Amino acid sequence: MTRLTGTGTLVRLILRRDRVRLAVWTAAIPLLVLPTAASVKGLYPTQADLDEAAAVSKDNAAAIAFNGPVQALDTLGGQIAFQVGSFGLVVVALMSIFTIARQTRAEEETGRTELILAMPVGPYAPAAAAMVVVAGMNALVGGAVTLGLIGMDLPTTGSVIFGATFAVLGLVFAAIALVAAQVSENTRVVSGASGAVLAVAFVVRAVGDIGGGGFSWFSPIGWVQKTRPFAGERWWPLLVAVAFTIAVIGTAVALAGRRDVGAGLVQPRPGPPSAAPGLGHPLGLALRLQRGSLIGWTAGVFLTGVAYGWVADDVEDFIGDNEALRDVIARAGVADLTDSYLARSLLIVALIGTGYAVQSTLRLRGEETGLRAEPVLATPVSRGRWAAGHLTVAACGAVTVLAAAGLGIGLVYAATTHDASQVPRLLGASLAYAPAVWLFIGLGTALFGLLPRATNIAWGALALCLVIGLLGEVLDLPGWFSGLSPFEYVPQVPAESIDIVPLAGLTALSAALTATGLAALRRRDVGY
Amino acid sequence: MPLRPASRHRDVATRGDTAAVSVQGLVKTFGRTRALDGLDLTVATGEVHGFLGPNGAGKTTAIRVLLGLLRPDGGEVALLGGDPWSDAVALHRRLAYVPGDVSLWPKLSGGEIIDVFGRLRGDLDPARRDELLERFELDPTKKARTYSKGNRQKVALVAALASSAELLILDEPTSGLDPLMEAVFQECIREVKAQGRTVLLSSHILAEVENLCDRVSIIRAGRTVETGTLADLRHLTRTSIDAVTDRPATGLEALAGVHNLRLDGSRARFDVDTDRLDDAVRRLTIFGLRGLTSRPPTLEELFLRHYDDGPDEGPQRTGRGRASSPAPTSVGPTRSSARVTGRGDVR
Repeated sequence: MTRLTGTGTLVRLILRRDRVRLAVWTAAIPLLVLPTAASVKGLYPTQADLDEAAAVSKDNAAAIAFNGPVQALDTLGGQIAFQVGSFGLVVVALMSIFTIARQTRAEEETGRTELILAMPVGPYAPAAAAMVVVAGMNALVGGAVTLGLIGMDLPTTGSVIFGATFAVLGLVFAAIALVAAQVSENTRVVSGASGAVLAVAFVVRAVGDIGGGGFSWFSPIGWVQKTRPFAGERWWPLLVAVAFTIAVIGTAVALAGRRDVGAGLVQPRPGPPSAAPGLGHPLGLALRLQRGSLIGWTAGVFLTGVAYGWVADDVEDFIGDNEALRDVIARAGVADLTDSYLARSLLIVALIGTGYAVQSTLRLRGEETGLRAEPVLATPVSRGRWAAGHLTVAACGAVTVLAAAGLGIGLVYAATTHDASQVPRLLGASLAYAPAVWLFIGLGTALFGLLPRATNIAWGALALCLVIGLLGEVLDLPGWFSGLSPFEYVPQVPAESIDIVPLAGLTALSAALTATGLAALRRRDVGY
Repeated sequence: MPLRPASRHRDVATRGDTAAVSVQGLVKTFGRTRALDGLDLTVATGEVHGFLGPNGAGKTTAIRVLLGLLRPDGGEVALLGGDPWSDAVALHRRLAYVPGDVSLWPKLSGGEIIDVFGRLRGDLDPARRDELLERFELDPTKKARTYSKGNRQKVALVAALASSAELLILDEPTSGLDPLMEAVFQECIREVKAQGRTVLLSSHILAEVENLCDRVSIIRAGRTVETGTLADLRHLTRTSIDAVTDRPATGLEALAGVHNLRLDGSRARFDVDTDRLDDAVRRLTIFGLRGLTSRPPTLEELFLRHYDDGPDEGPQRTGRGRASSPAPTSVGPTRSSARVTGRGDVR
């Protein structure tokens, strides 16, 4: 076991170093899931309410695509698992991915792992320590969810199984991220590739669940949901996930044995001996630095759009014979169910795309703390021009990402309905979200100028908007609280018509925030 | 309360046109830490100026103020006749900078990075760039991620030296370079100097400072403790004496300026303040001087003294070399290359 010597010490180092970050992740997930569960309980106080909800959802392809398989929706537990299960599972997977990437590859990239491995520490200890920490986080999340649900008087077996699905799925994606961390030497690629696997897993299970469940067996999310929490539980699908995790960790170990510390399996190729003409100004440099990330986000969001577009044509078919759902739709005053499905899909891809905008804007801070801004600012490039380069890439990149999402949905939906006009219609609709996304660029810039050490608040704001956008209705949030999210002001195109006033307002606000941030940047010290 | 630095000073500098860098009473605080505490620094146009001080003395902070990255909290700063904070962009056209901690974009190749800096500055000379790549034996096609520390340093050096900037600000530019490359670097700096350009060189490599610098400034705890040519600095300090006399010398301990006295029969060894040398030698001749070796302080001794001794501290020190280090016994008449194991007495 000398290959793991020192793991215990490294676990303590991780816990000390990242105590706040780890605690926030671990606490945030139960704090998201449990109030949502409580709110589901409040929404459906009687069995009649639950029966109606089950009748509405059972043939609703859109709901199944976003939420998960139809399993005992006429019980409170089943309804809770349906409403918050998939969302919670995705967040748990993201927690594991980001934590593993940060604790393994990012440490290696900065050269700190080299320092650690020069001590009497086993070569696999850093990765093992990261896995131990992530396993602990997942166990805590699963345990907290279980205890919370039992506390709400839900059946014990179902609560335990439901909590276990979180913990086990977290482990699956921790293992996947660990493999990615052996292959690529770039932390962003590790997170991006693992996130792409998660997205594929989500889409595969959506397609599978709509089609009756068989295809869901190809997705780790499908496996854990096959445990049927609150719907006649069974344990053995968790074993599939655990066996898979062990196999994936074994792969990571095998790969780790074939590479050098600090390197990936993919060796970097030589680059050009001199720079292309476009690199000679701050905008060209920013574009070059962010190119890979922009391509990755654009492709990811495009494929997500394709997946959502795929399902869109089925929405009407399902409704056709669902009386209960027809009533609900009529009461809600929605004219066209497909359009409201498309609008919700666009909201979700826009929220995902906002992740790009935040990442791209905060690149400024990364360049500053990474000491790469300093030599650029020592040339005749003003702070404003330097920042404007990155912000232009962020703002235009955000539009590109949104357009890719709209194009993805539009192309597939147009192909399935044989209606080419859907392409420009959905492309235009996706761009309606640009002002809301730009607001995050404004927020990030303002934080960068005024509170450079607190730029992660921008990520917190995005998390808040995700909760408001995805769980807002279930949580029955007060109007003023939902109103904190800029996405609430964007017309739900194509279900609603475009209203220029809120869009202009959001654009003006993001411009004002950006200007504030740039003005503050000119006044503050660089590098602190 | 941040002061508006150097608006008055700019007029002076433009009028006089002698100083490339002129800093007086510079103060910079970070929270409760006073990183610069009344720093003075003058770099004349056309000189190579050594900027020395122990780790954490404030050298890099001072350089960042000169680059307009940090706003001074007090004092006057003028760079090439302008205000580094408000005229940053215009001044940066005229200077080139090598940071102490070279951090490069991992995905870009070394050649690309050199070109980026050259084009941002606007004075890239492709022929000069290629010549420097050859002299520094740097492969420009490698991705920055794969460069060693020394090679990252070379990227920054080539980018700065390929420019025609009139002022080079170099923050420990040769850390990580091998001796061969160190020699290439010194050659390049001599060429720069021959062209009449100015260099501010922060360095810990004393041989490099000695070979290149016309004048040096030593700072400690954010304050300048010494400025001048190396000869000036030597003059201000002590000479080590190793004398053999017919009869054992006495009374040396009573002489002002004598330190570290060790008597061993007819042999007397001590350090003496250079302006008291005459008295000490006179005293020795009374006892019949038979042999005398005197040695000016090595650079190491000079710097160790400044590095180790706070300007405000009394003679009581703690740590290495406390008041008892023997001077090398076999010494030549000039600087010794012997490794210094300690240093002279405290002031």
